[in-house]
Amino acid sequence: MKARVLVVDDDPALAEMLTIVLRGEGFDTAVVADGTRALPALRELKPDLVLLDLMLPGMNGIDVCKAIRGESGVPIVMLTAKSDTVDIVLGLESGADDYVVKPFKPKELVARVRARLRRTESEPAETLSIGDLTIDVPGHEVTRDGVAIQLTPLEFDLLVALARKPRQVFTREVLLEQVWGYRHAADTRLVNVHVQRLRSKVEKDPEHPVVVLTVRGVGYKAGPP
Amino acid sequence: MKALLARFVRAVLRHTGRAVGWGRRQAGRFGVMWRRSLQLRVTISTLALSSAVVFVLGMVLQYQITERLLDTKQQAAIGATREAVGVVNRELVGVAPGSDPVEGRLTSALNKLQGTTSSVAGAFEAVLASDTRDLATGEARFVGPYEYVPDGLRQFVQSGKFTHQIQTVSDRDTGGRVTYLMVGAPISNSTRAMQLYLLFPLTAEQNTINLVQNTLIVGGVVLLLLLAGIANLVTRQVVRPVRGAAQAAERFASGELDERLPVIGEDDLARLAQSYNEMAESIQLQIRQLEEFGTLQRRFTSDVSHELRTPLTTVRMAADVLHASRVQFPAGLARSTELLVDELDRFESLLADLLEISRLDAGVEELIAEFVDLRSIVERAVESVRRIAENAGSEIVVELPDTEAIAEVESRRVERILRNLLANAIDHGEGGPVTLRLAFNDDAVAVTVRDSGVGLRTGEADLVFNRFWRADPSRNRRTGGTGLGLAISLEDARLHGGGLDAWGEPGEGACFRLTLPRRQGVGYTRSPLDLPGEVHPEPPADAESPGSPAGNGRADELSLRGDREEVRG
Repeated sequence: MKARVLVVDDDPALAEMLTIVLRGEGFDTAVVADGTRALPALRELKPDLVLLDLMLPGMNGIDVCKAIRGESGVPIVMLTAKSDTVDIVLGLESGADDYVVKPFKPKELVARVRARLRRTESEPAETLSIGDLTIDVPGHEVTRDGVAIQLTPLEFDLLVALARKPRQVFTREVLLEQVWGYRHAADTRLVNVHVQRLRSKVEKDPEHPVVVLTVRGVGYKAGPP
Repeated sequence: MKALLARFVRAVLRHTGRAVGWGRRQAGRFGVMWRRSLQLRVTISTLALSSAVVFVLGMVLQYQITERLLDTKQQAAIGATREAVGVVNRELVGVAPGSDPVEGRLTSALNKLQGTTSSVAGAFEAVLASDTRDLATGEARFVGPYEYVPDGLRQFVQSGKFTHQIQTVSDRDTGGRVTYLMVGAPISNSTRAMQLYLLFPLTAEQNTINLVQNTLIVGGVVLLLLLAGIANLVTRQVVRPVRGAAQAAERFASGELDERLPVIGEDDLARLAQSYNEMAESIQLQIRQLEEFGTLQRRFTSDVSHELRTPLTTVRMAADVLHASRVQFPAGLARSTELLVDELDRFESLLADLLEISRLDAGVEELIAEFVDLRSIVERAVESVRRIAENAGSEIVVELPDTEAIAEVESRRVERILRNLLANAIDHGEGGPVTLRLAFNDDAVAVTVRDSGVGLRTGEADLVFNRFWRADPSRNRRTGGTGLGLAISLEDARLHGGGLDAWGEPGEGACFRLTLPRRQGVGYTRSPLDLPGEVHPEPPADAESPGSPAGNGRADELSLRGDREEVRG
C-alpha cells in the first residue's frame, strides 16, 4: 500500500515539483495551498505524513503545526526557508518531528520522509521499562501505573531507543542516526527540542527528570527502572 | 678614621637616597591625587591664598596696635617727665654745684618725685644725673640706674634737648632683659647742669603685644582651618553632583541606557544634569533606532531567504529530476544538465554563505554553547573532508591529545570552522599533507591546520579573512569555495569569544589557528598552540583582553605542556 503524503505549500510550482518527486518515489500525494484547509484535509485524507511549509498564507505554518498536533500524532516534516535558529526551534517546539531547509535536494527530502514513515518492522513482542514507565513496543503504548501516556511516533521511537539500552549513554549524534535516520551529522537541536517535549509528557517534574537523564557534555540516557 | 668616615658617608648617602625615593613616591602619590581631585585642589589653593591674606592682615594689625600702644605710652611718659622736671626744679633750688651733699639732695629730690608723681604713664624709675660732656668718666654724679641710659641719649640731653628713646637693657639685679621707654630732660634752672631721666619699663605693653600676637596667630590658624573646611564643603557641593554625573555616564556607557541624572533646582549643575539627560536621551534614541534597523535587517534577511529559496528549491528539484535521467539524453543535453546541477550547488552554497554572513553582521546569531569534547568535533570535520582530500591526494594527519579537550562551544559552528580550514588547506595544499593539531591549556583550546602548499605572501595573512579575497585567482580550486568561508569562520570564532589567525610564507605553506576559550565569558591569556612564525619576547601588554588570540607570556611552560598532550592520532 502506498504511503500518503499531504503537502501543505502555497507555492504552486514547488508543490507540483514535490508531487512529481514524491510520486516518482512511489508515494501518494495530496496538496493544499492554504493553511486553513490543512486541518480539514488531514481529517478527510488521513495521510501518513504531512509535509508542511512554515510560511503559509491564511494560517502560519507554526499554528498549523500546533493544530495538527492537537488532534493527531501524524509525523510532520517542516519545509523551511529559514535556517534561522529561532524559527527552527519554534517549529520543532510546536510539534514538527523533523525539518528540511530549502533549497533541498530531492534525495534529501525523500530520505527524511522515508525515515519518518519507517515503521519498526517485525518487532519482537517486547516490553521495556524506563524510569517508572512501561513500554509495550509492538502495541505502541507507554503506561505509568497502568495509565496510558499519549506520545507521537517520534517521541515513542526516542523513548524506545533509550530504553532498549538502559545503561548506554546516547550522544545526540547517535540519537539523530537511530531515531531520525540521519547518517551524517545534523542539527543536534532536533534532539534537544524533542527530549524537552518528551520530558514534558513523561516526567512528573520536567525540571528534575528521572526517565530521560542528561549526561552533561555527552548526551542522554535512560533513567533506571 | 678614614674608613669610619667613608662608611658614615655611604650610610648617609644610602639613607638620603631612600628618603629621596620615599619623598618622590609620596610626591608622586600626591601628584596623582592633585590631578584627580578637584576638591583637594580647590581646598589647598584656598588654604594657600588665605594663609597669605591672613599673614599680611595679621602683620598690619600687629603693627597698628604696637604703634598705638607706644604712642599713648610716649605721650603719657613725656607728660609725666615734664611734670617731674617741675618737681625736681623746685627741689633742687639752691643746690650749689660741687657741694658735698649733692647726692643727698638728689636722692631726696628723687624720693619727692616718686612720692608726688602718680602718673598715667605708670611706674617708672628716675635717674637724676649731673653730667656734662667735659667730665671724665667716674666724675659724674647721679642717683638711680644711670648706667641704663645709653650714651646717645645722654649727649642729646646734655646738649639741652628734651628727648626720648626706647632701649632694651640688662636688668641690674636679675640679669633679664627689660625694655624701657627713656625720657630725658635737662634741668635748666639749676646752677649746675643736670639731667633728669625717667625710665618707663614697657613690660606691660610688651605683654599686651604678646597677647595680641598670640590671639592673632590662634585666630589666624582657626580662620584658616575654617576657610579650608568651608572651601572643602563648598567644593563638595559642586564636586558631588559632578562625580554623580561621571558615575551615571559610566553606567550609561556600560549599557544601562535608562540611567539619568536627577535635575534639582535651576543652577548650573541642574543645567549640566539636564544637558546630560538630553544627550543620553538622544543616544538612547539612536541606539533604539539601530536596534530597530537590526530587527529590520533580520526580517529582511529572513524574507530574502524565503523568497529566494522557494524558487531555487523548485529549480533544484527539477534539475535533479533531469539529472537523474540524464543517461537518456543526447550528450550535449546531458552535460548541460550536469553543469546546471553543479552550478546550482555553487549557487546554493553562495546563497547560504551570504545569508550566514549577513546574519552574523546583523548580530542576530546566538551562540548555543555546551561542554563538548573537541576531539569528536575534529574527527567529524576530518571525516567530512576525507573525500575531497583523497581526490586532491592530500593526506590528513591528525594530532589529538590523549585526554578529553572539553570546552564550552557550539559544535555546529566549530565543525564548520574546522571544515572550512581543512577544505581551505586541501585546496591550497598542492597535494601535500595537511596537519591538524589540537591542544589545550587551562583557559583555552586551539586547533592549528597546517598545509605545505604555496603559502602566503607577506601581508596576505591578514587579507585571507576578507570577503571574496582570493590569493591567486588562477589557482586550481577543488572544493568550489564561495570566498566567504574564512570570513564566516572568523565571525564564528569571534562569536565564541575566540580568535582565528593565519600565518604563511611563500613556499612554506600556510597555517591557520583557531583559539577558543574553554568557558564562555571567561577570556584566555594565550593560545595553547603557536603559529610557526610566532615569538613571545615580552610579557603581554594586553593580557586581559579576551579577544586577542596572540596573547604572549608564560610561553615555554604552557607550550611544553601543550606538546606533551599531543599524540599522533
